[in-house]
Amino acid sequence: MELQTALYPYHKDHAKSMGEFAGYMMPFYYEAGVLAEHKAVRESLGLFDVSHMGQIALKGDGVIDFIQRITPSALEKAAPTTAKYTVLTNEQGGIIDDLIITKLADDHCFAVINAGCKEKDIAWIESQLPAGITLTRYDDRALIALQGPKAEAALSIAIGQDLSALGYMRMAHYGDIWVSRLGYTGEDGFEISVLAGDALALWNKLIDDHGALPCGLAARDSLRLEMGYPLYGHDIDAETSPIEADLSWVVRKKDADYIGGAVIAEHVANGVSRKRVGITLIDKGVAREGVSITDADGNEIGKLTSGGHSPSLNKSIAMGYVLAEYSAADTDVFLDVRGRKLKAVVTKLPFIEAKTKSATPKGKAA
Amino acid sequence: MSETKYTKDHEEIKIDGDIVWIGITKHAGEALGDLVFVELPDVGATFDKGADFAVIESVKAAAEVYTPVGGEIVEVNDALPDNPEQVKEDMDSGWIVKIRMNGADDLSDLMDEAAYQAFCAENA
Repeated sequence: MELQTALYPYHKDHAKSMGEFAGYMMPFYYEAGVLAEHKAVRESLGLFDVSHMGQIALKGDGVIDFIQRITPSALEKAAPTTAKYTVLTNEQGGIIDDLIITKLADDHCFAVINAGCKEKDIAWIESQLPAGITLTRYDDRALIALQGPKAEAALSIAIGQDLSALGYMRMAHYGDIWVSRLGYTGEDGFEISVLAGDALALWNKLIDDHGALPCGLAARDSLRLEMGYPLYGHDIDAETSPIEADLSWVVRKKDADYIGGAVIAEHVANGVSRKRVGITLIDKGVAREGVSITDADGNEIGKLTSGGHSPSLNKSIAMGYVLAEYSAADTDVFLDVRGRKLKAVVTKLPFIEAKTKSATPKGKAA
Repeated sequence: MSETKYTKDHEEIKIDGDIVWIGITKHAGEALGDLVFVELPDVGATFDKGADFAVIESVKAAAEVYTPVGGEIVEVNDALPDNPEQVKEDMDSGWIVKIRMNGADDLSDLMDEAAYQAFCAENA
């Protein structure tokens, strides 16, 4: 029996395609269809139920040091309310999960972890917890992602708060409503944590009063793929280091005193033999996870870890790992799709430019 | 005079002498969602009864199309790779391939429209 989020009553009545994801019964797409949902987020306003993801807090003296022990990120100098994308690393320098951690105070952090990794992550963190630091699960909370150019105006009215001053990757608390200005679509937007019992009312208000289009997991996937954002268990896993995964920007430079730090420092110093890259198809077709990437002679140089149609580019795009010597942008490669050898090219990520708030400051000429 | 039949994999078949047109049913078209590509076989390629000969790519996944008869591809609908949504239209424009069937194939497992509608209702 699949788990249900607080918004399941809506999904049950409105989703056109639903299925199990990470143990939860989730909508893949609604009546409008994936392309319309994708377009709504890029051009207007889309709404996602991401309540299946885990919400936790870590509290206690020394919590920043602890997070700097279980992730390669630097948080000590970050101002309170700053959110950071980072990874939990294992002893081998591989990735246990990717997550967003928000520093609320020197002794208090909030984190959102992947649904499919929730129990594993919590068990791992608890196994590492020093005395004096506690982990709190917010299983009584729902999480709604409101994404798109109209997000700020809509949410400001919906919750009666002026959100224009809330910066990108910042979090604000309004009573029981916790708002973070971030997302996984490349658009401006918010993730809103609310008590499970309040979720349906906010969800319906955003649809009915603000024209937000409910979007399923399929659009979430095509949106994040266009941004080159990795999907855990596909593009990154326990066997991939952040350096191989092209996530070196999350790794702090000043020390390697974190779990797996020695391996990752070695990858930084000496380079890696394979790298995660973006790939754009030149020939017609769609290439998905598991497809073999070859050179012109048909020698395998890697495999795709994600792939699909990009509605924004109207092309097929993919991500995968290739041998480092093939990882430079504009390198010609081939994809073996059911025996057809499709021409493709390594492409710098993201495939399209992010429009998050910091990327387009107010007043900047278009 | 041609005859229209249906398969349990939701192909729609038009039998015109020894030439069989293969497309997908309306029901299948609706279930697939937004389409982005149709991968066609080469003219002249031969397939056994039950083999997959084409792939319809939706935004979600790849769906294979199977031939209920063995034979040789004599024509493919070249419009589909650029206009994949056309495969959801009636057979006149939504057909995928025309295949010249081997004489010996048994067509008795194909359903007529009433049987297919009942099959869809049962498996809804």
